[in-house]
Amino acid sequence: MTNIAAIFKKEFRSYFNSPIAYIFITFFLGLSSWLFFRGFFFGNQAEMRLFFVYMPWIFLFFVPAVTMKLWAEEKKIGTIEILMTLPIRDYEVVLGKFFASFALLIVTVLLSLVIPFSVMYVGDPDGGIIITGYIGLLLMGAAYLAIGLCASTLTENQIIAFILGIFTCFVLLIIGEDIVLFNAHDWLFPIFSYLGLGAHYSSILRGVLDSRDIIYYLSVIGFFLYLSTLAVESRKWR
Amino acid sequence: MIEVKELTKSYGPTVAVNSVSFDAHAGEVLGFLGPNGAGKTTTMRILTCYLSADAGNATVAGYDVFEESIEVRKQIGYLPESAPLYTDMGVLEYLNFMTQVRQLPKSQRKERIRSVIDTCGLEGVIQKDIGELSKGYRQRLGLAQSLIHDPPILILDEPTSGLDPNQIIEIRNLIRDIGQEKLVLFSTHILSEVSATCSRVLIINNGEIVANGTPEELASQAKGEEIVHIAIRGPQEAVEAQLNELDFVSQWTAIETSNGILAYQISATQESNAAEELFHVVVQNGWSLTELRQESADLEDVFLNLTDKEQTQVQKQQSAEQADDNDDA
Repeated sequence: MTNIAAIFKKEFRSYFNSPIAYIFITFFLGLSSWLFFRGFFFGNQAEMRLFFVYMPWIFLFFVPAVTMKLWAEEKKIGTIEILMTLPIRDYEVVLGKFFASFALLIVTVLLSLVIPFSVMYVGDPDGGIIITGYIGLLLMGAAYLAIGLCASTLTENQIIAFILGIFTCFVLLIIGEDIVLFNAHDWLFPIFSYLGLGAHYSSILRGVLDSRDIIYYLSVIGFFLYLSTLAVESRKWR
Repeated sequence: MIEVKELTKSYGPTVAVNSVSFDAHAGEVLGFLGPNGAGKTTTMRILTCYLSADAGNATVAGYDVFEESIEVRKQIGYLPESAPLYTDMGVLEYLNFMTQVRQLPKSQRKERIRSVIDTCGLEGVIQKDIGELSKGYRQRLGLAQSLIHDPPILILDEPTSGLDPNQIIEIRNLIRDIGQEKLVLFSTHILSEVSATCSRVLIINNGEIVANGTPEELASQAKGEEIVHIAIRGPQEAVEAQLNELDFVSQWTAIETSNGILAYQISATQESNAAEELFHVVVQNGWSLTELRQESADLEDVFLNLTDKEQTQVQKQQSAEQADDNDDA
């Protein structure tokens, strides 16, 4: 536990030691607020739906950018050799790095609370839906992070990690979208609609926090973190 | 403290480490000497649990490298080649991070950081970011990092590469001091470094250990392989035919032929009295001797000899062929 905390602290500080965190936060807030307020005043509805619906697509490009360096950079500059010869288990490093990126995501999402407060200022939105929306957002974001982290373990090139992360997230997102589902075979339909990254988020957005959706995201996170640990361990495979 | 038995590791078809065995104990400074790509780094990576081996086993301080990896890692301080560090961290921040991941008790952390800063001469740069440090200071910080938990075993991969002569001497002195009580295993491809610091040398070539002993032992071993310079006035064919016949001559090369004087460099096998024997041969044949000189060998010769074996064999073959050609003529 103390090991995970030490890695977490180091990685989280490293986001703020470099421009990554500031650029990420600024552009994320800028883009999401613009997309939201662009339609908000025309809609004449005090609700956050417009903010949440774009998120799976905004995350697609932003989240892999947060995770791309986590392993690729260690491999590139060789620090992985010191890191992985410390008396720490591989999964502890994976978890520490994951939680650090998740913490950055939480900070960013918390800063976007300006939007619901603005909405509350001009109208009377349904608070419950906003809260479940934010929970869904964090769950989905964490799943993206786990996928991006996994992509980063596979290469020493950050750009490859970034593109691989986007691609994997994109595939998992698109299979749950209507355009794919309508063209999918009957037997694929339930599988795709269950596996789609965005579908569970949409159902959370309706204001119902179903345990099946939570379990889905937790499994995706667990699965990709497990894959990451395997990938890190693979240097020692005989 | 380190015991390695028949360790083998290959990357695809290339065998990086081939059945390497050795052991090392506290109070030793063990130099790993070998040309680039000989398998030094791979061996160190296996010992530090960064990689695993294909076959063989190794124990560090009694713990198995493959089974009890976490325990092994606690015993070792490791400085990888070219000292990879987090360039976006501050020097103190980095050392502090290392005390945490090394699980030092909170009460000792400050004191340990102070102590490695003193030992490695980092006083002047503690306020800086690692990215701003020069190569020499990075190397020192890498060393500081490996010392922070006061490990009984220190594994350093080319600790002096990229340093200026003064810094090299400092690091060597440091290694010697540490080696008084602990086990230091360090790799280098610089020969003078070994005779300056090591109490024992392992020469590794093409993944195999080709020599193991104190620098003095190895040098005296090399003396067994005598090198004799000889200049003879006589018929070339007969002289060279005679050289090929002599048992104790392992290799010879013609250096120059002028005014009927033939000069050769001859390597003689161990425990032969080559110079004297050669003298008798010359006298028996009725040639005249214009020069006879024995060269003393040192560590450099051992190294060249052991790491260049194939080349040497080729040379011997070639000189034999040359002699044949001469016979035909």
